[in-house]
Amino acid sequence: MFTTNLSEPVSSTGDYPLFAPTVVPAAPRAAAATPPRRDETALADVLRHPGIWRRGTAKAPRSDALPTGIADLDALLPGGGWPRGALSEILVAQDGLGECSLLLPALATLTQARKRVVLVAPPYAPYAPALAAAGVDLAQLVHIDASATDTHWTAEQCLRAGCCGAVLNWLPRSDYRQLRRLQLAAETGGTFGFVFRPLSAAHEASPAALRLRLEPGAMEPRLEIIKCRGRFGEQAHALGLRA
Amino acid sequence: MFWACLHYPRLALEALHSDVPVDRPHAIVDGPQQRRHVVLANAAAGKAGVRAQQPLASAQLLCPRLAVTPRDESAERHALASLADHAYRYSADVSIAPPDTLFLEVGASLKLFGGWPALERRIRADIDRLGYTCVLAAAPTATAARVFTACRSTIALPALAQLPLALEAAPIVAGGFEAKTIATLYGMGMRTLGDLFRLPRAELARRIGQRALDHLDRMRGLVAETLPRWQPPPRYARRIEFGYGIDSHGALVFPLQRLVREFAQFLAARDGGVQRFILELGHERDALTRIEVGLLAPQRDAASLLELARARLERVELVAPVHALALRADDLPPLCPLHRDLFETNRHEQFDWPALVERLRARLGDAALQGLACVADHRPDRASRFVPLGARPPAPTAAPAARPFWLLQRPLPLRGRPARVLAGPERIESGWWDEHDQRRDYYIIETRDGQRAWAFIATGCAPDRDAPWTLQGWFA
Repeated sequence: MFTTNLSEPVSSTGDYPLFAPTVVPAAPRAAAATPPRRDETALADVLRHPGIWRRGTAKAPRSDALPTGIADLDALLPGGGWPRGALSEILVAQDGLGECSLLLPALATLTQARKRVVLVAPPYAPYAPALAAAGVDLAQLVHIDASATDTHWTAEQCLRAGCCGAVLNWLPRSDYRQLRRLQLAAETGGTFGFVFRPLSAAHEASPAALRLRLEPGAMEPRLEIIKCRGRFGEQAHALGLRA
Repeated sequence: MFWACLHYPRLALEALHSDVPVDRPHAIVDGPQQRRHVVLANAAAGKAGVRAQQPLASAQLLCPRLAVTPRDESAERHALASLADHAYRYSADVSIAPPDTLFLEVGASLKLFGGWPALERRIRADIDRLGYTCVLAAAPTATAARVFTACRSTIALPALAQLPLALEAAPIVAGGFEAKTIATLYGMGMRTLGDLFRLPRAELARRIGQRALDHLDRMRGLVAETLPRWQPPPRYARRIEFGYGIDSHGALVFPLQRLVREFAQFLAARDGGVQRFILELGHERDALTRIEVGLLAPQRDAASLLELARARLERVELVAPVHALALRADDLPPLCPLHRDLFETNRHEQFDWPALVERLRARLGDAALQGLACVADHRPDRASRFVPLGARPPAPTAAPAARPFWLLQRPLPLRGRPARVLAGPERIESGWWDEHDQRRDYYIIETRDGQRAWAFIATGCAPDRDAPWTLQGWFA
């Protein structure tokens, strides 16, 4: 099975990349037992094209990523962390599940490297002692107050400018088109874009490179990867937080 | 040296912006009340026989429909200063010769503008756009250039050696001598400057005096000229009046664009920037709406100035129709452009950030962007506060215990009962000195939905299910 990795996979559901059913046997035993047929070698030539990469074998062409600080999560993400120059969507059922704390190690790393972190229209006031205790350099933190109509514009400006390390957005209502703009802006600026959205948005299509779902579990919140660009074939992953 | 002389022969008329129609005979008059004489007549009056220096009575006899306006010398001075302003972009060495002439040393600017023909075209287009009539000539000395314009010649003569030959044919009256000297020379039978050049110096000096002789020498480049250098004013103000009231933002954008573009040109010409300027919307009966546009660092790029001014303008509610739009800047600091890295290593972070902040502040308001700082206070709602952007917050003190990511500015009664108490109590008792006394026991609790919250109960209550829990923050 192969696909081109040139752009966002077009998906009807948006959550899983849509692919053709398996056509190339991946098992080497089968290839060893029978001599290679003519059409298979022809296919191998096609597969050598640089614009084509094979599922399962090729690493995602991600240049760099920022470790999340959670070893289990890093192991599941293709670059070993939050993707740079892309949106990472975090879908939360309700406040207080540790959704922001998920980002704190990454924010601490960024701010200590003197990169700005911008919070666009957060729902509550961020609490300085908590951030400082997590190692976030408050001098690099910028809080932007924007009305609901200006939120998308502000987020896009910050993502596109390229002078912010990370931009955190809270977007209770946004459609695919608006998110696509933000994703493109993040690509242009090479910025880490984080979007917090309600869980109800999980079934909608999204252009974000990474989508995480955070839900309350029996003992601890459950984190589930529902989409991850550059990683295919495996079922959604769930891991517990706050062990 | 290569001097361009810009002579505005119709400045007295053109500086007035009068409402007399162009095809009506119109004359500017000057002189004492009883003996007024014509200073300048427009084309229609000229056709009727009205001439400069004519007594007003004769002019009115020749042309009974003549509209008469007294001369306004301050308007002329203003117009000339604004023309000098425009000329300043072509040369750093501009000199004003009142009442109606400018000199520009363009020798140093020729290469920049691609030679004299290109520069001349630009200057002419500029003056046409402003609506003035100008005679333009260039010569190695300013005095000679002035003689050429007085002869209505548009010659451009770069070589000093050819200057005496080119000047020979010019009549004495165009030479720029005093009236008395001209009369003397006419009495002597001199008609052209060539006649003068041929006379022996000593004889000439005895008859017309040393001053006139020096003038002749300066004209031919034998003696250095000294011209007063004009300095552009350190402030800027322009106003556009509309003949009607504008009541929508969209219609204001076009005049704003014109104002800002002119302003940017002005800034570029004087190699300055602007950090703060004011837009004034004039309403009826002299009512004004003032919009201040502040920038983090001096700038002069027209596009970004326009974007900022426009964003500020669009945030203002138009209380009444706008009849005039003005742009004022009283302080024009020098511009020090940031240097970009040749090898684009760091995505120009230090360069883009101020621009981004300005763009955001222009649309969202000055107070929309804030920093966050810790305050050394045990009371949770006072331990964190917003600070202006760029303020250096004091180093945070270590928090005594776990603190939530979100803090509710106003604590709320907790809905439902906590499912579990995870940690606590942490007693916070403080503020008895400033009337905001707090005595609370804080707990980290988990709600039935699995949310972690920071909640408190008043001291003395047991943390049981019936206690009056108050929600202070979320461990988000």
